[in-house]
Amino acid sequence: MAGFFKSLIQRFTKPDIDWDDLEAALIAGDLGPRLSLQIVDDLKDQARKLHGADIVQVTREHIRKILPEAPKPLTRLEGKPKVVLVIGVNGTGKTTSTAKLAHLLHKGGHKVVLAAADTFRAAAVEQLEVWSQRLNIPMVKGPPNGDPASVCFEAYDLASKTGADFLLCDTAGRLHNKHNLMEELKKIHRILGRKDSTSPHEVLLVVDATTGSNALQQAREFNKIIPLSGVIVTKLDGSGKGGILVTIQQELGVPTRYIGLGEKVEEFQAFDSQRFVEELL
Amino acid sequence: MFSLLTDKLEDAFRKLRGLGKISESNVSDAMREIRMALLEADVDFKVTKELIEAVKTRALGEEVLKTVTPGQQIVKIFSDELTKILGDDAAGLDLSQPSRILMVGLNGAGKTTTSAKLAYWLKKQGKRPLLIALDLYRPAAVTQLQVLGQQLNVPVCVPAAGETDVVRATRAALAWVEQQGAGIAIFDTAGRQEVDDALLNELKKVRDLVKPGETLLVADAATGQQAVAVASKFNETVALTGLIMTKLDGDARGGSLLSMRQVTGCPVKFIGVGEKVDQLEVFHPDRMAQRILGMGDVVSLVEKA
Ligand SMILES: Nc1nc2c(ncn2[C@@H]2O[C@H](COP(=O)(O)OP(=O)(O)OP(=O)(O)O)[C@@H](O)[C@H]2O)c(=O)[nH]1
Ligand SMILES: Nc1nc2c(ncn2[C@@H]2O[C@H](COP(=O)(O)OP(=O)(O)OP(=O)(O)O)[C@@H](O)[C@H]2O)c(=O)[nH]1
Ligand SMILES: [Mg+2]
Ligand SMILES: [Mg+2]
Repeated sequence: MAGFFKSLIQRFTKPDIDWDDLEAALIAGDLGPRLSLQIVDDLKDQARKLHGADIVQVTREHIRKILPEAPKPLTRLEGKPKVVLVIGVNGTGKTTSTAKLAHLLHKGGHKVVLAAADTFRAAAVEQLEVWSQRLNIPMVKGPPNGDPASVCFEAYDLASKTGADFLLCDTAGRLHNKHNLMEELKKIHRILGRKDSTSPHEVLLVVDATTGSNALQQAREFNKIIPLSGVIVTKLDGSGKGGILVTIQQELGVPTRYIGLGEKVEEFQAFDSQRFVEELL
Repeated sequence: MFSLLTDKLEDAFRKLRGLGKISESNVSDAMREIRMALLEADVDFKVTKELIEAVKTRALGEEVLKTVTPGQQIVKIFSDELTKILGDDAAGLDLSQPSRILMVGLNGAGKTTTSAKLAYWLKKQGKRPLLIALDLYRPAAVTQLQVLGQQLNVPVCVPAAGETDVVRATRAALAWVEQQGAGIAIFDTAGRQEVDDALLNELKKVRDLVKPGETLLVADAATGQQAVAVASKFNETVALTGLIMTKLDGDARGGSLLSMRQVTGCPVKFIGVGEKVDQLEVFHPDRMAQRILGMGDVVSLVEKA
């Protein structure tokens, strides 16, 4: 990948700024045409002060300012489990990211319980179960096609009884325009609230870096159903740049907390805005 | 024919009328709206540019500008052009012997689900589908295909316990297919990123062994600007014969299909419109073109299953 970025930087070494080229690079990173245009316009306003050779650096800085300095880490609560709900559309990487997050917390010395609340997709429970066995982290499951909310309910009991620090709930993929599935999510939220009125404490939306403009729509709709506390951007090991996270931050104020960089459980990190903008452009 | 885009264009032209004679330069406003619409639908940046250049002359012809509704006319021209690029209706599958279908694509695109959907579709046509699990990486990927096969009552070939070599698993699967006698074998492979050379090489080896009549790229409707790189890389590696776009039951406009169609030249064989096995449909380029341009109600473009 490094070669690609280098060639991009070399493209911007002339004293005159090629605005079209810059706009193209931003759109190619899935920042979306509107935000890309806005950034270009903002920078054009300062054009007299800018030199072609600096433009990549200036643009990066401009985008980085939209993003928060550092993402909030997941901290434990005193005397009760912190409940983390992992949600998103189909196939983005929820189950894998749930396992990755569990691993990260587990390594940090925390006690974790998993809830296999995707009772719908073929072998979704088995998938999380493999991770639970590999990582040696307990998992609660329900009957096939059972009620996902009651899986979370029972998992809460286990987490609470065993003094776990975190309960991570993996949910089924659902498209945000499916009314019934979104209602199901509301129900999970409601039922968890019965155990602890402040739960779920974290609601993380998993977004695939390959996604284009629809990611913003996904975030908007999920955020309407349950206020999101963060985004996990997956598959950043591919060529998708995940530029849409900038738009999600800008429009909804929801920060990206973690990123996925591969299929392996350790290929997962806290989001680093500096690194992100360097890879973006 | 009415849409947000059409409205915006009509507005732009109304303003222009106030200025008197419409010249080519002030019509560029309209082109900007079209460009924005295409980019927001995730059509590739370069493809958008080429498309606009190609259509501009035609769109700006005298007849269009003289009509009462130039905005609608321009949208119509674009919609026709997109339809042309998207290709013919219902491309069908090549099921000539030996009939083997290889499913490839990025992680989570919908390959396993679509494999089961194809099996169901073939079964309904009175054919005998076979499902072959070749994903040795994703936890429970094999079980996923097994569960789907059981639901459909379709035989599923699973790799030997503890198998870690995909090439060896492929050889074993081919022997299994041989034993099954006649049947159309659908090979479900692991998801992979198009920048992962090791995994692409492995896929190439699988392809060379399977010698599929159809190699289908399964892609998510929400794919962004990565689409061109994905389609061209998979095409280079395994020579695609067709495309399937999944999750069109969502509200993603699916403009990446246009880019993938452009760079591969491969026909679109089917679209996925739900998680269930019967939610696979034939492709209608005209509906897709309208969807990409944001015309009409997206949901109504999807046939009720
Ligand atoms: N390359 C790469 N693959 C990933 C990453 N995260 C997840 N995946 C892969 O993406 C695919 C889908 O992941 P899952 O975790 O099953 O996704 P999901 O959101 O749980 O899917 P559903 O439950 O079916 O909606 C699998 O092949 C994962 O291995 C990542 O960061 N990089
Ligand atoms: N709504 C909807 N969901 C779909 C469609 N096709 C597949 N899915 C869902 O997308 C998710 C991923 O599907 P899979 O078939 O597991 O994808 P895959 O490409 O085999 O994934 P990997 O093998 O991990 O790369 C699952 O939740 C499927 O139910 C579709 O057309 N519509
Ligand atoms: Mg899952
Ligand atoms: Mg699969």
